[in-house]
Amino acid sequence: MSVISAGAGPAAPPRPVPPRATARSMYLLHHLLEPNAGYRRLAGWLEARPGLRRLFTAAEKSVKKEIFGCRMCAQCALPSTGYACPMTCPKELRNGPCGGVGADGSCEVYPGMRCVWLVAFERADRQGRAGDLLRLQRPIDHRLWGQSSWIRYWQGQDTDLEADAGRQAAAT
Amino acid sequence: MTRFGFRAALESGAFTVTAEIGPPRGADAEAIRRKVSPLRDWVTAVNITDNQGASVRLSSWAGSLLAMAAGVEPIMQLTCRDRNRIALQSELLGASAMGIPNVLVMTGDHPRFGDHAEAKPVFDLDSVQLLWAARTMRDDGKLLSGRKLDPAPSWFLGSVENPSAPPAGFRAARLGKKVAAGAQFVQTQYVFDVGAFRQWMAQVRDLGLHERCHILAGVGPISSLRALAHLEQGVPGVQVPDALARRLRGVPADRTADEGITICAETIGELRQIPGLAGVHVMAVGNEHRVPLILQQAGIGPVPSPRPAADAALTPASLVTGGPERAR
Repeated sequence: MSVISAGAGPAAPPRPVPPRATARSMYLLHHLLEPNAGYRRLAGWLEARPGLRRLFTAAEKSVKKEIFGCRMCAQCALPSTGYACPMTCPKELRNGPCGGVGADGSCEVYPGMRCVWLVAFERADRQGRAGDLLRLQRPIDHRLWGQSSWIRYWQGQDTDLEADAGRQAAAT
Repeated sequence: MTRFGFRAALESGAFTVTAEIGPPRGADAEAIRRKVSPLRDWVTAVNITDNQGASVRLSSWAGSLLAMAAGVEPIMQLTCRDRNRIALQSELLGASAMGIPNVLVMTGDHPRFGDHAEAKPVFDLDSVQLLWAARTMRDDGKLLSGRKLDPAPSWFLGSVENPSAPPAGFRAARLGKKVAAGAQFVQTQYVFDVGAFRQWMAQVRDLGLHERCHILAGVGPISSLRALAHLEQGVPGVQVPDALARRLRGVPADRTADEGITICAETIGELRQIPGLAGVHVMAVGNEHRVPLILQQAGIGPVPSPRPAADAALTPASLVTGGPERAR
């Protein structure tokens, strides 16, 4: 029985995954993948062809799983987290580490592993991007599991995923 | 119902003391009354924990109502561990409708630490998202879905932070996110290392957060060497400095509890000197009756204005005619 089905998260709690690519290279790659007319057309074209879309999504999944431990939530926060995936946090926290991080930086749920948010902070900080972590990440839409976040990103469908904390504060 | 004092005390700038109780493992209304009663004249409000340590206890909303019936202002804790966004928002509406004046939201311990390690963890929202949702419910009268609430709920909204957990460079900023999302007050994890806490408070002041959010430092007495070992190994994110552990281990066994209280009182004394700190939150779960002694030793007297007794002002409508016994 296939366990790869949209809408169903894996049964075991996620484990922190240290990214297998440097933050610097990922910030550079991000520039190449930024939405433009070409990507938007490509995304729309893929969307209209279910077979190709599935193929593209599978390719995206295999690449991102290998590098980030991606679980295909389809609402990628990587650009705001130093390219360490917050969905590999056992509590799936999208706004920063919980209070249970050990003095040695260990995850409270898997004491042998390093807190993925600590990894995120260090990676972002070294690239002068620690401020990214201050963005408020909205709750995700659980109907989208298994979909391609790139197709969504290129079509501008995930622009409301995060908000600037400063603006929120000003509103209070 | 304007006789609640927690928010007013914080807004008056007075050094404010809260405490914490854990509801019983059992359908025991009297246990809540027994635990909160000795605190009534000494603290401004009492946290009612939400299945703390991921172990099943009487629910925090029920505990909060029972505390109110006993004349004590509750701070209802609410974690993201056991409920999705539907249940969380519903719980928040219920709290407001029943007159629970304060809600404290947090992510919550992972189930693997509790008595049902095999349970499914929920974590549909994280603490920042829940704060944001709650603030939107209250101030904009809207659910996460955008649907309108009529009427909107009202509570004083708090959260938690752990200043001593890594990454040290991000902990004050993380509080900033919670303040931006809606936290009006925050209680911290146990502070045993006052020096490290002072540094965190300096960062908090640099960000101006102490002016937008009332900060209460978490403290607690270490009552035995067993409790010390538990804190050192069994509580995620808590560190006990070596000097403090040595001091506790250095006294005769029958004096450990007293020494723990003395240390806690000294810690409160040091914390009071820190600019921008609004008060302390005393976590003496299992030793609630010793909180007055700790405060006395720290030179903090009973809550000044005569507190309302277990009267209708503190009693939710449905419990007016019956006490906790009836509610049982």
